[in-house]
Amino acid sequence: MDEDSKKSNMSRRKFIRNSSYAAGGLIGGGIIGSLIGTNYFNDTEQPSTRSSKESNFNRALMFFTRQSDFQILSAATERIYPKDDQGPGAIELGVPYFIDHELAGAYGHNEREYMKGPFLEGTEYQGYQTPLKRHAVFMTGIRALESESKSAYDASFVDLEGEQQDKILKKFENDDVKLHKVSSAYFFEMLRSATISGTYADPLYGGNADMDAWKMKNFPGSQMTYLNKIGSEKFIDIKPKSLNDHIS
Amino acid sequence: MAKKLDKVEAVTVGVGWAGGIIAAELAKAGVKVVGLERGNDRSTEDFQMVHDEYRYAIRYELMQDLSKETITFRNKPGEKALPMRQFGAFLIGTGVGGAGAHWNGDTWFFSPYDFEIKTMTDKKYGKNKLPKEYTLQDWGITYKELAPYYHQFERMAGTSGELNPLRPERTEKYPTPPMKDTPILKSYMDAANRLGLHPFRQPSANISEVYKNPDGETLNQCQYCGFCEKFGCEYGAKSSPNVTVVPTALKTGNFDLRTHANVTGIIHDGNKATGVRYVDTQTGEEFDQPADIVVLTSYTLNNTRLLLQSELGRPYDPKTGTGVIGKNYCYQITAVATGFFKDRFNAAMGAGALGTTLDDYNNDNFDHSDLDFIHGGSITMKQLGKRPINENGAPSGTPRWGKEFKKESIKWFNRSIPVTSQGASMPHKNNYLSLDPTYKDAYGNPLLRMTYDFTEQDHALYDYITARCADILEEMGAEVVEPKELTDHFDIVPAQNDHITGGVIMGADPETSALNNYLQMWDVDNVFVIGASAFAHNGGYNPTGTVGALAYRAAEGILKYRKNKGQLVKRETSNKLV
Repeated sequence: MDEDSKKSNMSRRKFIRNSSYAAGGLIGGGIIGSLIGTNYFNDTEQPSTRSSKESNFNRALMFFTRQSDFQILSAATERIYPKDDQGPGAIELGVPYFIDHELAGAYGHNEREYMKGPFLEGTEYQGYQTPLKRHAVFMTGIRALESESKSAYDASFVDLEGEQQDKILKKFENDDVKLHKVSSAYFFEMLRSATISGTYADPLYGGNADMDAWKMKNFPGSQMTYLNKIGSEKFIDIKPKSLNDHIS
Repeated sequence: MAKKLDKVEAVTVGVGWAGGIIAAELAKAGVKVVGLERGNDRSTEDFQMVHDEYRYAIRYELMQDLSKETITFRNKPGEKALPMRQFGAFLIGTGVGGAGAHWNGDTWFFSPYDFEIKTMTDKKYGKNKLPKEYTLQDWGITYKELAPYYHQFERMAGTSGELNPLRPERTEKYPTPPMKDTPILKSYMDAANRLGLHPFRQPSANISEVYKNPDGETLNQCQYCGFCEKFGCEYGAKSSPNVTVVPTALKTGNFDLRTHANVTGIIHDGNKATGVRYVDTQTGEEFDQPADIVVLTSYTLNNTRLLLQSELGRPYDPKTGTGVIGKNYCYQITAVATGFFKDRFNAAMGAGALGTTLDDYNNDNFDHSDLDFIHGGSITMKQLGKRPINENGAPSGTPRWGKEFKKESIKWFNRSIPVTSQGASMPHKNNYLSLDPTYKDAYGNPLLRMTYDFTEQDHALYDYITARCADILEEMGAEVVEPKELTDHFDIVPAQNDHITGGVIMGADPETSALNNYLQMWDVDNVFVIGASAFAHNGGYNPTGTVGALAYRAAEGILKYRKNKGQLVKRETSNKLV
């Protein structure tokens, strides 16, 4: 093992110890891997994705082909749902992996949505009309985040300060960036809603690691009954359960 | 080439509440019925993994596959309609149980005023209360005539509830007592009482105690798990066709339930239907199912589309006001105000129809002389069970993403709750359904085109009722009360309300309605069309109770038709020029 790898592993272990979600098999190199290239850590050591005994095998890419695209996505989701003193942000929760996996499947390919032409521009009340499937919208949007970053700051989106990243994301939100066959505002809405979905969906989908997003929100997840609790005058703090608890 | 099957006496298109009730009532009477359902079969066992907000409430597991079939939409005639490519404003169910599997369970009777709205409005406020563009009309049936069928639906469904102080007398009590009370609902009740209003615990199909219905089906006790709307019930504690009428029909041996059977047309010989054509959605094979009686029991939109596509009945033309199929399409005006409270409550706990309602601003229970609208809406606080992907509300001014968003949306999750109204929707001559000239479904048939916009009546009703919702939240002591504004025009994107009505309406006059009061087509004696498609306007309550009552009424009509044939109701033709 070379010196860099040792340092990385130490850093990873330290990170796991310090994080609030250090619970057995749910965490692993993948989470750390997703932090590569972001300015998430203040120290200069970049943790390694390699050789982790705590591997969460779910944390690998099934849609994205370039890790650089995935890192831009990761950084953007973290700005939407950042880590704070209440708990983890999108990256630690695994949201970028959630989005990657969703883009590879029915969601990304609009399998249960009407995608027949002709695609015409309608009024603002007729809903968005684009021939692009979600996976294509995401790719277009992510590449555009990077090119906007380079032209504004001469740096990759992942290397910007948080406030600079916000400025770029706001340009997309306000539809101030021109994209091919889709509006930047539509991409942003999709990015925002996918981030929130990944944050709060059952952990079975790859986000909401260790149900930490539910814990922050005091949402008990999947409980079988509240019959004897619902009449309570007091707020009841309940340890959350996931669908995994229902598998027999 | 479609394969021709052996003839049956009756076939239903769709197996939700309407199709299930028809199947149960006919099969019990010894009639052989085939139920064609485009979706899959399901029972309580299929809902073991149902506590999954993402799968069911965000990705719409139980809803229609829009890649196969959707609608096109425009706000007004003359605009180019475009496809509703994803779900937004409203949801359309699919599969055995239909919307009755994923509904919340609000089980209402419409008001006596609803059924005679035109007559009663004219009498009290004069003929010009609404401009003539509003195609307001009576339903061809009275509350008194329909009440026994409402009770029949309740007995089957086991409805839990308590008497509404502002309702006409009921002839029967609710089959089961009201659901549990909760602190937030009690606070609403107290505030409404202090304001001199008349709150009560609303009727619910999330059953308050174990109940055995007259058909021998057992419903379980609601567990308040918070996963009702858009979900199936893993306990069989929400009355749905899946735990009531469908098993009842199957037990008789007279009901042949065929799933993955998507009906594409009604076969007819002039003004007599001879059967239906359907596609097996798994194999692509086509079948012709001959039948003596064809019963359309699919969703509002699909009932209308199937008639237009099959060229049965007279299509509505908004220019001349003639024709009936597609006419009086209505929505529901969902007035909302949200209260943000200091203290947390157990917001995740709840049930679909766990709520407290008042009718002081519904129907004609308040004087409209100085108001520029008629009707109103039930005003309800519900404890549905909040879920974290969909519920990220915070007082306005809070950013939609980032640090502040996270902090505020987490803070308010267990501290905010809306008061909502099911606002009545009046028909307008330009709000209608027709076939789209451009876009096609997976089978090459035209999509249904919806032409719909909010009317001035809708805007006036919305503003008035929203202010009343806010009054109650103020009285409850909310720190912040935020009434929601109605968009200038109806927008197909933001989620609003699934209660879509009209298109194949009932009435007393064949010139202005498609169905008689047994839901038998005026123009085709052996076709019955059941659903909220029969509503001549949409009332101030959730529609399912009325759909159920009309289905029981239609079942009786179908049994009568077997014996006597012909029209079951004498036509009352108006003198007006066509």
